Amino acid sequence: MNIVCEHLTYVYDKGSPFAVKALDDVSLTIAEGEFFGIIGHTGSGKSTFVQHLNGLIRLPSSKKKRYKPEKGEILPTLKVGEYDLTSRKTDFYSLRKKVGMVFQYPEYQLFAETVKDDVAFGLKNFSKGISKEETERAVGDALTACGLDPKEVAEMSPFDLSGGQKRRVAIAGVIVTRPEILVLDEPAAGLDPLGKREVMALLHRLHGSWCKTIVIVSHDMDEIAENCTRAAVFSEGKVVMCLPPRQLFKRTDELLSLGLDIPLVAKICLALQRRGIEIDCDFTADDFVAKVLALRRDRR
Amino acid sequence: MKDVAFGQYYPVNSFVHRCDPRLKLFFLVAFIAAIFVANNFWALGACAAVLIAVVALSRVPLGKVLRAIRGVLILVIFSAVISVFFYSGETVYWKYGILCVTREGIFFSVFLIIRLFLLVICSSMLTYTTTPVALTDGIESIFHVHVLALIMSIALRFIPILMDETERIKNAQKARGADFESGNIFKRIKAIVPILIPLILSAFRRADELGDAMDARCYMGGKKRTKYKKLTFSWRDLVAFLTAAALVTGVALLRVYVGGM
Repeated sequence: MNIVCEHLTYVYDKGSPFAVKALDDVSLTIAEGEFFGIIGHTGSGKSTFVQHLNGLIRLPSSKKKRYKPEKGEILPTLKVGEYDLTSRKTDFYSLRKKVGMVFQYPEYQLFAETVKDDVAFGLKNFSKGISKEETERAVGDALTACGLDPKEVAEMSPFDLSGGQKRRVAIAGVIVTRPEILVLDEPAAGLDPLGKREVMALLHRLHGSWCKTIVIVSHDMDEIAENCTRAAVFSEGKVVMCLPPRQLFKRTDELLSLGLDIPLVAKICLALQRRGIEIDCDFTADDFVAKVLALRRDRR
Repeated sequence: MKDVAFGQYYPVNSFVHRCDPRLKLFFLVAFIAAIFVANNFWALGACAAVLIAVVALSRVPLGKVLRAIRGVLILVIFSAVISVFFYSGETVYWKYGILCVTREGIFFSVFLIIRLFLLVICSSMLTYTTTPVALTDGIESIFHVHVLALIMSIALRFIPILMDETERIKNAQKARGADFESGNIFKRIKAIVPILIPLILSAFRRADELGDAMDARCYMGGKKRTKYKKLTFSWRDLVAFLTAAALVTGVALLRVYVGGM
């Protein structure tokens, strides 16, 4: 399923003194199979954008029977696979099964008495009448995919787990329905370094085998550089850049002027550049080390 | 959730917004007294006229004001219907068993509807035009109970936070296929559980954090505390006071000299 979005604009609390333009003419295409990153500082519209993808925020034209656009308004296009999100006839419920969404701090949404029940929640909603054995198996698979041992945690209360474990249970609760696209809003925020690494490794395992496409929203540039095939930079509701990390993080000055960070490797490259050493790498640690070693070999 | 009007402040600058919160509280009490003292349509009309003037002066859009009614609409209709059928009067239009529709009953329920609407709009005007902090300052200055005022201001402050939180949790569960809109009433109540439990947990967590933060800044309740902003009365408050006084007096006079319907 490809995501195609053109001229998307969204205003919160339209017509009130609190009105905020969260998205301003956003055009973005995410192809099937991508590991797509979305960067931008707080309030740049990235969360609003991803909430459009599974219809949690709906376009006005999909809510009203006869939608009259305002004067000069460019009608947006928003398609996720075969779902046309501008249409009123779209089955948003089945769309949500195809597009899994993991919110920020998803562990705060856990509610059931046991891990098993919590993970099964989405499954029971989307696949009505699913048998007990099937549920059990799907829950076990999802927990295993998230690096948890079903035998150990399935009967535990989700509130007795550690922070990192809770988060993985929450992710399991979303992937259990086998969505084609998995969207995660700051999946590693607030975790310790080990927890962060585990979550990112988990996403790598899921990508391709479990969910075809992964979209992550992140503040952590190292995360983006190490994992993403492409990344879009949001600023004040607009997409200012959309490039693979290799090209994106070369535009250091622009990123810094937007108040964003750059990956550690990019900072080191910059420091080396100031001393006259040019290194052209894709800003992952492995590639950087390989290029540095190659350079040393050449100089000898 | 966004339809909950109570406790929401509408930020514009107006005559009503700039009145002293103590006076607004007094005005509200006086107005409510006037509504209940009023026993004929003239008096109730006077109340309505004053309220319309307040709404107009406050520059809060009419849509927002009417939204306050929506929450109590079912209650109002219910009580009006009950009183139409059970109020006994002399001019009977229709009778079946213990149910009867009388001229007096219809008058009474129309009266009731207007009364309840005025009551709700007036109270919501207070929260639309007064920030929670100003309201608490007002209450504290009238009653000299600091802890109570603090509890109230925290409670008011948390309403929007918890509403945002509810919205977030609701979205997260919707993304997992939760359905809050269809099914019968029992199904819907059951559907709320996945929102309610995380919400309560988060409320406790926030309360804990707030308590720690207050401790960390050496908060001591009950000690004699000074104010950063002192409340002062101005000419606006005199105008509001005189209006309230005139309204109550007028309504009382109408009750005595004109009498009931």
